[in-house]
Amino acid sequence: MPNDQKKSDEKQMLERMTKSEYKYGFVTDIETESAPRGLSEDTIRFISAKKHEPEFMLQWRLKAFRRWEKMKEPRWAFVDYPPIDYQDAYYYAAPRKKDGPKNLDEVDPKLLETFEKLGIPLDEQKRLAGVAVDAVMDSISVATTFKKELKELGIIFCSMSEALREHPDLVKKYLGTVVPRGDNFFAALNSAVFSDGSFAYIPKGVRCPMELSTYFRINAANTGQFERTLIIADEGAYVSYLEGCTAPMRDENQLHAAVVELIAHKDAEIKYSTVQNWYPGDEEGKGGIYNFVTKRGLCDGDNSRISWTQVETGSAITWKYPSVIMKGNNSEGEFYSVAFTNNFQQADTGTKMIHVGKNTRSRIVSKGISAGRSNNSYRGLVQVHEAAENARNFSQCDSLLIGDKCGAHTFPYLEIKNKTAKIEHEATTSKIGEDQIFYLNQRGIDTENAIALIVNGYCKEVFKELPMEFAVEAQKLLEISLEGSVG
Amino acid sequence: MLEIKDLRVAIGDTEILKGINLNVNPGEIHAIMGPNGSGKSTLANVLAGREEFEVISGSVKFQGEDLLEMAPEERAHHGLFLAFQYPVEIPGVSMANFLKQAVNEVRRARGENTLDARSFLNRMKEKLALVEMDEKFISRAVNEGFSGGEKKRNEIFQMAMLDPKLAILDETDSGLDIDALKIVANGVNKIRNKDNAFILVTHYQRLLNYIVPDFVHVLYNGKIAQSGDKDLALHLEEYGYDWIKKEKEAEATV
Repeated sequence: MPNDQKKSDEKQMLERMTKSEYKYGFVTDIETESAPRGLSEDTIRFISAKKHEPEFMLQWRLKAFRRWEKMKEPRWAFVDYPPIDYQDAYYYAAPRKKDGPKNLDEVDPKLLETFEKLGIPLDEQKRLAGVAVDAVMDSISVATTFKKELKELGIIFCSMSEALREHPDLVKKYLGTVVPRGDNFFAALNSAVFSDGSFAYIPKGVRCPMELSTYFRINAANTGQFERTLIIADEGAYVSYLEGCTAPMRDENQLHAAVVELIAHKDAEIKYSTVQNWYPGDEEGKGGIYNFVTKRGLCDGDNSRISWTQVETGSAITWKYPSVIMKGNNSEGEFYSVAFTNNFQQADTGTKMIHVGKNTRSRIVSKGISAGRSNNSYRGLVQVHEAAENARNFSQCDSLLIGDKCGAHTFPYLEIKNKTAKIEHEATTSKIGEDQIFYLNQRGIDTENAIALIVNGYCKEVFKELPMEFAVEAQKLLEISLEGSVG
Repeated sequence: MLEIKDLRVAIGDTEILKGINLNVNPGEIHAIMGPNGSGKSTLANVLAGREEFEVISGSVKFQGEDLLEMAPEERAHHGLFLAFQYPVEIPGVSMANFLKQAVNEVRRARGENTLDARSFLNRMKEKLALVEMDEKFISRAVNEGFSGGEKKRNEIFQMAMLDPKLAILDETDSGLDIDALKIVANGVNKIRNKDNAFILVTHYQRLLNYIVPDFVHVLYNGKIAQSGDKDLALHLEEYGYDWIKKEKEAEATV
């Protein structure tokens, strides 16, 4: 009886949810749930044991840690911040749920105001603000039907921890194949201590019928600081993945070092969209998240395609270069980016397009917007290997300045080793014109809305790459971020 | 509707308007003519609230309220419209999006309901027909890649959408061929009624063959040198602006 089956699924889900609530709610000895301060092999063993990981995972983490110990933090990005004491941080803590505010009355009213403007439902507001949410029937049944539908298609979509328990072979086969353990300082750190993240596998020939999103994976909220995501599209598969949330997440962790790996086999396509709005720090530049992320996709098979779309409005510092390695012949890489910085925010972001296979094509559209005293840099590499016959790249990097105390910089790198390559690069820097603002004022639109309209127009090429609802939210989010940027 | 009293305006150290007096009543069409540099466009822009001009003295009342105290968008909310001499491009912002926001902001400010998508679209179609423009036009970005004629017709289209009390047309006729000029004039004639008023700022008499003004004022050296009816424009056409210049110089020597 499918109905009974459904009921029993719901019941199980409800049990799991309430049980996990119970577990964290009744922890009395906090020390046993948190790793001690600092980073050592013991910390890593502690994390791996807490998560009941298979042995290979522990060894993998330890190798990453030993590698990381010998590495130096990169300092080439156009950002400035005080040295980070990596021994002064906690690398594993029980989910913060119990420490969070008890109800919305305890949440910063400014944050609530933003939620209101974004039109976020009340339960969602609570989740985002870190208020403990009781199991809500609605979202449980949504999650259940959602999971069931995916399962019927053979799609695996779960947290990384669950994947390590349920599908260790798949994880073992792919983890670290695109971003190796020792790829860079922050990737090595992530490999050693990653807490959780998403895992998705789309089997051969399956077109994922819905946008996969962390939003639906409700059990994986608060995965936090060192997120690890792995998405695999097998031959001829298609998936669109949405990361993050358009509402401002308040987070106590200052350092975020996530790693995302995408693998597209022959004829497969992965679209990965991000809207990032971590806490950017206050108007004086105090506080805020350091967002040091390594994101890379591998077009492994012929005719495969990977597309990154990002809207970055948060974080005090962003260091992020979603890249595509086009190994398969006729494969395609795309990068669409809007990076907005205000007050004292710093962003050094861009992409790497690595052409290895024949007839590979890449496209870069980067739109930087700087306001306040912020600094916004585009850094992009286009690399064409010897064997990459007829590679093509088109790059367009635009910078928009609001006010006269901010900075915009473009650092394009080209490494071309095949004469048949065709590379085009266009770059513009502009200021919002007084004439444009006056024109809109004269039509009844006030200056703040006028600037929002102009900026949205400027970002249109990127927004149109986002799934419809996400695009609308990204637009609203940008408007909120722009508030007060006009002196 | 509009009462300008002894308006003096400077840009930097240069005084451009040296005491303008003008009254405009509902239902009237005023033409302001004059040679280059006489201050015609300055007057249009000051009324719309452009910031780089400094009002030294004088007053402007619009429907009984102090116009000079209002921000540019408030002037728009009160029903003042400027058809720009050089309309600017706003890349990536569609005409539909832009106008929806403009019309709804104005309606909100007036305490009216905002228009729903369907009635807004119907209204756009109706007004587009007024300036003989294709419907595809509304999905194009504001003025981006528009020809000179399209930009001017777009100004009249926006005017029709916003339904102002007082519309100032700043050299809308310049650079238009005769067909486009007729379309623009035709648009204005269809919009005019007993409750609204127009100020046509123009260098040439040509436009006034198609929009017949009630009053013609000749601006010379920052002042209204002469006012009359439509015959004054014809007189100017025949004798040129030198005629005014000579007359003024003669006055000065008496």
